[in-house]
Amino acid sequence: MMCKRVFSLFLLALSLLAGNAAFAQQEELPGAKQAKEGFNATEVIFGHIADSHEWHLFDLNGKPVAMPLPVIIYKPGAGLEMFSSAHFEEWEKMEDGKTKRSGSYNGYHLEKNMKEKLIADDGSKIYDISITKNILSMLISVVLLLWLMMSVAKKYQTKGSLTAPSGMQNAMESVIIFMRDEVAKPNLGHKYKKYMPLILTVFFFIWINNMLGLLPGGANFTGNIAVTLCLSVVAFIVMIVNANKHFWSHLLNPPGVPLGIKFLLVPIEIISLFIKPVALTIRLFANMLAGHIVILSVISMIFIFGFLSKVAGIGFVPVSLVFAIFMFFLELLVAAIQAFIFANLTAVFIGQAIEDIHHHHENGQEYNVTNEEIVA
Amino acid sequence: MDLLTPEFGLFFWTLIAFLCVFFILGKFAWKPILKALGERESGIADSIATADRLKKEMGQMKSENEKLMMQAREERTAMLNEAKEIKDRIVNEAKNQAKTEANKIFADAQQQIQQQKMAALTEVKNEIGNLAVEMAEKILRKQLATDEAQNSYMNQLASDIKLN
Repeated sequence: MMCKRVFSLFLLALSLLAGNAAFAQQEELPGAKQAKEGFNATEVIFGHIADSHEWHLFDLNGKPVAMPLPVIIYKPGAGLEMFSSAHFEEWEKMEDGKTKRSGSYNGYHLEKNMKEKLIADDGSKIYDISITKNILSMLISVVLLLWLMMSVAKKYQTKGSLTAPSGMQNAMESVIIFMRDEVAKPNLGHKYKKYMPLILTVFFFIWINNMLGLLPGGANFTGNIAVTLCLSVVAFIVMIVNANKHFWSHLLNPPGVPLGIKFLLVPIEIISLFIKPVALTIRLFANMLAGHIVILSVISMIFIFGFLSKVAGIGFVPVSLVFAIFMFFLELLVAAIQAFIFANLTAVFIGQAIEDIHHHHENGQEYNVTNEEIVA
Repeated sequence: MDLLTPEFGLFFWTLIAFLCVFFILGKFAWKPILKALGERESGIADSIATADRLKKEMGQMKSENEKLMMQAREERTAMLNEAKEIKDRIVNEAKNQAKTEANKIFADAQQQIQQQKMAALTEVKNEIGNLAVEMAEKILRKQLATDEAQNSYMNQLASDIKLN
């Protein structure tokens, strides 16, 4: 697992180097840039991984072909507003040279740098709750997931529980049993049944979204920090709500620890409590984002070399393709592994919060040990 | 750093969608699926336990059956022996009875034969006597038909009579 992450970081670094090289190339030749628009890998990659108010499919004769999506705005005091994103046209570069700005519509406009932001023309505070590309992708995945699991559940009801599972039911069953026996039971103990729905939902929700994100033209939903933050906040709330007395007492008043150490230990414990959801958030976000960036970078290399010279571009095609195919397979694996890790860590964190008294004695001993070590 | 700032809209919709999925799947998918899986597992465990129990019971029944068979075999042998004895006895009795009966019949028959023989003999004697009387009469009649014969005979008789 660690090895794989190091490897993908390495690839990320490689690809970023390649992107920078292209960028440097463009800056060195301002004249050439004027004559022939160079390939901007950064813009392409971030255009793909960032959220957008339209679903960009492909460019046809230099014009983008995109599916407009509904823009929904909540303005405190003014209520909800809704219109199509197709109204945002006439993109132009702003003074800083990097940010693009769309024309205004209804008193709003979009600004696109690394991310696309909806901003009121008069600068007032608005809440952008548009159905963006990511959200639409998520809704599709939700429909898929609901349909899939309901049909599986229906099969159990029609065939009865004692007949052998078949087809999709069989496939899902093995995953569900795996999650139950390898994730829920070891981490949550005898109370695992209560948390099974959460763990299963988290796992399948992330998995199906990871997979959809891998499709060409798909949205980078799980590689978005808002999404992973949302999921880990849910896990964190479940953990806090279900935490028992022993968890809190050991957190805020660790037994068998001298008072002086307590002043040191309790803040660390509290920080570690909040680091848990942060770790969850960043892990999934960074893994999925890195995977998308690596695949896009590898593909972009064809075009980067293509703009340098046609021969180099064509020559790089097989290298790029082999690399991209390899990355796709890796990402298929990562999609499942990250979903599993997220579900597993959710179970681990909840498990820590609902641990029985029996285990806490062991923890107490551990505290003692660390205490002695500190004294030594 | 732009990438690390979460958008409100995405957070908002993700939360709503996730919670909806959680509650819908929790109610309509996970609950029946997990229930069915639990049922199946307990069903399989039950079946194995039942099979084990049945196996044990079968073993018991088998040994019991063998015992019963053995008993039955012994009983059969005993019954056969008894039957043989009874048969022998009956046959012997019958033989004896038949012998005495036969002897009796034989004796009766002999007696009867003796009687009938005696009767027949008596009859034959009587007949022979009658026949002899008749023949003597006929002969006398013929020999004494003439007066001379009668006289001679009378003379003879008279000569026989010795007058002392």
